[in-house]
Amino acid sequence: MSDHEHDHDHSHTPITNGGEPAAAARVRALEELLVEKGVIAREDVRARVDWLVSRTPADGARLVARAWVDPAFKHRLLADARAAALELGLDPGPSPVVVAVENTPAVHHMVVCTLCSCYPKALLGPPPDWYKSTPYRSRAVSDPRGVLSEFGVELEDEVEVRVVDSTADIRYLVVPRRPAGSETTGEEELAALVTRDSMIGVAVPAATAPAAS
Amino acid sequence: MYRIGQRVRVSARPHEGHHRTPGYVKGKIGRVERMHASFTNPETRAYGTDGLPKQPLYLVAFSQRDLWPGYRGRAGDQVYVDVFEHWLEVAE
Repeated sequence: MSDHEHDHDHSHTPITNGGEPAAAARVRALEELLVEKGVIAREDVRARVDWLVSRTPADGARLVARAWVDPAFKHRLLADARAAALELGLDPGPSPVVVAVENTPAVHHMVVCTLCSCYPKALLGPPPDWYKSTPYRSRAVSDPRGVLSEFGVELEDEVEVRVVDSTADIRYLVVPRRPAGSETTGEEELAALVTRDSMIGVAVPAATAPAAS
Repeated sequence: MYRIGQRVRVSARPHEGHHRTPGYVKGKIGRVERMHASFTNPETRAYGTDGLPKQPLYLVAFSQRDLWPGYRGRAGDQVYVDVFEHWLEVAE
């Protein structure tokens, strides 16, 4: 390639993808093929990635906080989470149906996707790595109380644990219980108490906001 | 169509290829908790077709103790799983 004289200082090492993981290389190859065949455009991929990384659990938290202060809204949220999100001006995302499930003094819900990593990305952002891991996906359905304990959640014996496995087109969002001691807290401050993990069902909101990390 | 509250068994038939019925509920009996809606069939959609006709999708509740003989939690603990209608059978 290089036929010029070398009395200057630059590297002729080819620009490579260094330690690119095999999965990433495979995805890149797939993308190249799909673009080449006209199935998708690069712009579609970029727009989709932009959309995904713009999503955060703050949207889910707004839904939960409104449900805590407004019982009629909670009723609508549990009946049709997509419509409830639109009512608050939030983007519920593309087609999959979102179902909100409510934690009560009698029932604690916890969400998993044992087959892959289905997750309400529009309202919670990209899923955490542990949610996609094999240990979480296998143990959440067979030993949920053990998993909850490792997340620091100890439930009383009389509380029923209900694991929801999102195996198909539905995405589940947990509406956690409003923490005791937050009775006079306003909606905006309440939203700050609602963590991502509490909307997956592996954490319980505290009456004071978690320290920023 | 199945009714809410009806007891159903998940088919244990072998299936080659992509499908959305988790192995741990195959052959197990549960209770229909809700009927979501109908969705394109992932078993054909995964191979380049339109996935039509759409298949009804149910939320089915299983008792943890029916799924895992050594289950450590309390008796009332449950797992809710979305299962397509063509994987369900009437349970006696």
